[in-house]
Amino acid sequence: MRLEARAVVKRFGAHAALDEVTFATGADARVVALLGPSGGGKSTLLRVLGCLLVPEDGSVMLDGRALPHDEAGALAERRKNGFVFQGYNLFPHLTALDNVALPLRVVHGLERDAADARARELLHRLGLAAHEHKRPAQLSGGQQQRAAIARALAPRPRLLLLDEPTSALDPVMTGEVLDVIRELATEGGQHIVLATHEISFARLIADWVVFLADGKAAESAAARDFFAAPQCALAQQYLEGLSKYR
Amino acid sequence: MSTKASTPSSPAASPSRSGWLWSVAWLVLAAAALYATFASVHYRWNWSGVWRYRAEFMTGWFTTLGISLAAMVVSITCGLALMAGARASWDAVRVFCRGVIESIRCSPLLVQLLIGYYIVANALHVTDRVVMGVLLLGLFEGAYLAEIFRGAVESVGASQREAARAVGFDVAQTYRHVIIPQALRRALPGTTGQLVSLIKDSSLLSVIGTEELVKKVQNMNAATYSGLEGFIPLALAYLAVTLPLAWWARRLERRFGYET
Repeated sequence: MRLEARAVVKRFGAHAALDEVTFATGADARVVALLGPSGGGKSTLLRVLGCLLVPEDGSVMLDGRALPHDEAGALAERRKNGFVFQGYNLFPHLTALDNVALPLRVVHGLERDAADARARELLHRLGLAAHEHKRPAQLSGGQQQRAAIARALAPRPRLLLLDEPTSALDPVMTGEVLDVIRELATEGGQHIVLATHEISFARLIADWVVFLADGKAAESAAARDFFAAPQCALAQQYLEGLSKYR
Repeated sequence: MSTKASTPSSPAASPSRSGWLWSVAWLVLAAAALYATFASVHYRWNWSGVWRYRAEFMTGWFTTLGISLAAMVVSITCGLALMAGARASWDAVRVFCRGVIESIRCSPLLVQLLIGYYIVANALHVTDRVVMGVLLLGLFEGAYLAEIFRGAVESVGASQREAARAVGFDVAQTYRHVIIPQALRRALPGTTGQLVSLIKDSSLLSVIGTEELVKKVQNMNAATYSGLEGFIPLALAYLAVTLPLAWWARRLERRFGYET
């Protein structure tokens, strides 16, 4: 896929979270990592790319096609994407199975049996077969995040968008979740946009990096080039700072 | 991989045998204390009037039940409509609904009933005391329910709304599958409490001459010169409805309960 942003602006009140973000990935990027300091605009850009937010100005192109700015068009786009959030955001009143199956029935028109079968298939693949009838509060953080990934993957999304999926997890659970994402990227061929602070993980799976700071795309480069020698000073400092203790 | 243990029912949530025993013990004690208090002021009981009016009391009790049931339907309808209006993006609607909610909640039901029946209903040429009673009571409790509902709906957080958008729900689907199921559970304790209040507040309809239970007791008091005897069966008649309602509400809460 090719992702391109042209002078994208997104404001929250007076604060411009995205301040004319412009970048373009290579033509066949598969896993795009959004890196950069907190507050730099990673989460906002991820939401704009996935049509959860509509920018005030500028445009986003996905494989040469501009993403719509109207609500109906954005809804249609969202239905082709899968989202995973930092705080899992599972529906607390539904079991793991229903969290995955309900959108399949309601949004994608599957019959109950087909939706449940697809949901079970994914929960099984993500190691949650024994937990399908548990509600989110009965699952560990890592299990909840894997259930959230199952929910995002169930409708076979064109694009999987992950917003700091491991930043609320301890190192063991982080490992569980990163294993799942790596498998998706390497074996499943899933197109992924990932906002993360897990630099070594990004280095492992990303083929393109967009570095965001102060609401601007400070650098956009092939992952190999970026990690070998980041061009902008902010990115250099960021990488050095993060690798100091690991 | 750790899994928190699930605890479907804690000892406090489901009544144990000792819970029932204690309930009976406290009831007996309360009855004895009440009796002793009346005895200490040398109250002279005279139950003949109450017994003679027993059929009247029954019709009054059924009228109270009927009015309460109808007013519950009106109040829940009003509550939902006022809640939706108070959250509307159109200023005119929002300000109107907020104004209705606050003016009803901030003034006495007694005044609303008197003015509502003797002035407003009169001006509109509506004379049926039961119909007006149901409408006025329903509107009053509806204003409280509107705030209970609004609190419940608004307590479903932004992250849940975003998750609903992210899985592709439209606005109606978001309400149907995400917000209402969670809001319902949070609104339940407040709503059932308000419905218990509604049943008790229906006693005030006696001031507009509705022939419900309190009015029947007042009729008996006036006709037989009895003192407080009528109010004991009156209290029991209300408790016979409100206690099971409160008990049923707690059962519902447990059924809809889940950890968050």
